[in-house]
Amino acid sequence: MWRDAALVAGKDLRIEARSRVATNQVAPFALMVLVLFAFALDPDRGVLRRAAPGLFWVAVLFSALLAIQRSFALESADGARDGLRLSGLDPAGIFLGKLGAVAAEVLALQVVLAAGVAVMFEARLHGIVLLATTCLVATAGLAAAGTIYGALAAGLRVRETLLPLLLLPVVAPVLLGATRAWEAALGLGIDDGWRWVQLLAVFAVLYLTFGVLAFGPLLEES
Amino acid sequence: MTTTTGATRATGPLAQASPTDGDGRPPTGTWSAGSLVLGSFAAVSLLTVVSLGLALPPTVEQHDFARLIAVHPPLAWAAYLSYGVTALASALYLVPRTRSRAWDRLAGASAEVGVVFTGLTLVTGSIWGRPTWGVWWTWDARLTLTALMFFLYLGYLALRRVPGDLHVRSKRAAIAALLAVVVVPVDHFAVEWWRTLHQGRSLAELTPSRNLDGDYITVMLLGFLAMTVVYAWLVLQRYRIERLVEEVGDEGLERAIAERRREAVGAEAR
Repeated sequence: MWRDAALVAGKDLRIEARSRVATNQVAPFALMVLVLFAFALDPDRGVLRRAAPGLFWVAVLFSALLAIQRSFALESADGARDGLRLSGLDPAGIFLGKLGAVAAEVLALQVVLAAGVAVMFEARLHGIVLLATTCLVATAGLAAAGTIYGALAAGLRVRETLLPLLLLPVVAPVLLGATRAWEAALGLGIDDGWRWVQLLAVFAVLYLTFGVLAFGPLLEES
Repeated sequence: MTTTTGATRATGPLAQASPTDGDGRPPTGTWSAGSLVLGSFAAVSLLTVVSLGLALPPTVEQHDFARLIAVHPPLAWAAYLSYGVTALASALYLVPRTRSRAWDRLAGASAEVGVVFTGLTLVTGSIWGRPTWGVWWTWDARLTLTALMFFLYLGYLALRRVPGDLHVRSKRAAIAALLAVVVVPVDHFAVEWWRTLHQGRSLAELTPSRNLDGDYITVMLLGFLAMTVVYAWLVLQRYRIERLVEEVGDEGLERAIAERRREAVGAEAR
């Protein structure tokens, strides 16, 4: 299972490295979202700084959506999906592989976005341990839910419009938990950040388990 | 010419509901004696609860608005019930041994009714919130999760409407329903897990207390019963419409195939 996962993740990341869609399109889009937030809220710099955690995670969510769509668009061309299905790889391995690649991309995006937030919104990033842990755990849950719903919507003609509707309500808890944890780390909130990290972990474990169990039938049928 | 596919093979609690099923002809409507009785019962019980609710004495703190207890918690309960039934039917559809078109139709019908109940819950809650909390809407855990649940199941219904092979579509929808149902218990217990503006769980207050008078509890419980009957009637109707839709789809396909075949035969003869 782990070997298969590494194979699939390696393949996806290699495609990204060569096609440069993530670096040339998704990352600029993410930064563009931040700029738009700044346009919308600019007159008052204080608002931007106070809202930085939430804006950061909304930008992450939007760009993760693109990464997930991209990840499954790769499989829909040239019957790649059938190839994947017939390859004899463990479905759980395929799930973990796709998830791993998406998670790696999203984590890289978060680094870019964090820099963007620090520079443009004047957010002072301290409490690095909590920030980084939140990113890791939230990304695991985000990528797991995204991979499940991505596969669910992949075969459909309406996938571009359906996926956001299916995925965004499901990952709303991630947005909530991650934002609160970041607020705590940046000294903006009163909550204990680590409790929100726990919630994020529960979410991640839930969707990882479901994905490992259900990805076989999901890949087979849709 | 009609075929006897899925619809007549269907097993399960709703399979024998239509009067025309017996002689092999497909059903032509949603009417049956059973649903007439159920529908009348639903209407009568709903009217009873509403009039009992209006007859409740106004409370000191909330005046007339407290009477919303006759409809608001029962609506929310009906929404939970709908999603529970959807999840159960979806699971039964996914298990190969119990797979039947009936479960898929039940899941879809129940989710659709559930979305209506969720919408009504949000509306009545909003009407109640305005005089008691001073706002139509607040970002409280219970409210946010209910709104989330609403959108989650709108997505599920959108997924069901995506055209494609019937079995593939049903299986996909079933998996999505099982993913979505996680929100329901979280929503129910949200008022205890987070500090919220919304009051505690209604079901936890079944003994008369300082918060809730005995009459209010009785009316609320009657409301639960009435709304359950209304739910059952709506699902029954929706289920039958779904079956008719499938039937019409099958017939259209048969006709199209027959036409193509005639064309092919005609072309050969020429």
